[in-house]
Amino acid sequence: MLSRLVLRAAPAALRALPPPPLAVGVLHATRQLHTTQQSLAPLPPLPEKGGEVRHGLIPEEFFQFLYPKTGVTGPYMLGTGLLLYFLSKEIYVVNHETVAAACILSVIIYGVKRFGGDVAAFADKLNEEKMAKALAVKNEAINSLQAAIDEEKKEQWRVEGRTYLFDAKRNNVAMLLEANYRERLMMVYNEVKKRLDYQVAMQTLKRQKEQEHMIQWVEKNVVQSITPQQQKESVAKCIMDLKALSKGAHAAL
Amino acid sequence: LPSPVLLKDMKLMDVKLGQLPSWLAMRDFTPGGIAGAFRRGYERYYNKYINVKKGGLGGISMVLAGYVVLSYIWSYSHIKHDRRRKYH
Repeated sequence: MLSRLVLRAAPAALRALPPPPLAVGVLHATRQLHTTQQSLAPLPPLPEKGGEVRHGLIPEEFFQFLYPKTGVTGPYMLGTGLLLYFLSKEIYVVNHETVAAACILSVIIYGVKRFGGDVAAFADKLNEEKMAKALAVKNEAINSLQAAIDEEKKEQWRVEGRTYLFDAKRNNVAMLLEANYRERLMMVYNEVKKRLDYQVAMQTLKRQKEQEHMIQWVEKNVVQSITPQQQKESVAKCIMDLKALSKGAHAAL
Repeated sequence: LPSPVLLKDMKLMDVKLGQLPSWLAMRDFTPGGIAGAFRRGYERYYNKYINVKKGGLGGISMVLAGYVVLSYIWSYSHIKHDRRRKYH
């Protein structure tokens, strides 16, 4: 436990020391220092190809590292020398495992050389399908969101017309009120007219009845008062008038 | 364009031989630091050879070759007895 404390304290103690004089190293400006904060979003896209590997075993950087001093054949000479050294000093022992390794390696290399291209194409196709699916989902999401945005804009445009809507509604209500008012006015007029007509009809009826009754009563009395004597006198006078008239007509002719 | 850089921030390939002991002393040797170093190494290898769009055979074949070499080294004391000559 105390050792762990010491281990923890050691780097902190070392850092607490005054920093050593700045070591001026020839550092290319393009290499990133460990102190820079790398931002994680948006993620950079995956690199297309991995690091170059020669013969499937040795990274290309090794060949580039030896190129300035030894040219192109340098690493191969190094490899050959090392192999001969291991064989001669029997650091690499040739036994039954060597034969097994040779057979296995030859089979593997034959398989890779022959089927490598097809397997790579198949894997690429799988990757393409995955990417296409993800892209389709993303595009569909974008499209649906765009459609939602358009719908929202249209709704906003529609809201602008609400003044007209309310004006029309107000007009409707006013018209309804007006129509109702006029209906009732008409009804009042009709009712009043009916009552007044009734009164007028009553009065005319009463006057008619009075007139008829009076006429009948006067006629009856007159007829009663005509005595037979008067009747004879009136008839004789009528005949004399008629004779006179006829004489006058004869004379006119 | 050479820029003055603190010793502890430089990468290993840029450290001069004379500065190597002081550089080693400044590294983080706590268990967390060592685990961090393993994780960094793994992420470097992974992001360079495996986490790419068109990865090749080299990515895993290097790991398998390293495993073969390591297992040979671990069993060398046993293989020594199959040597054909006693003196080289």
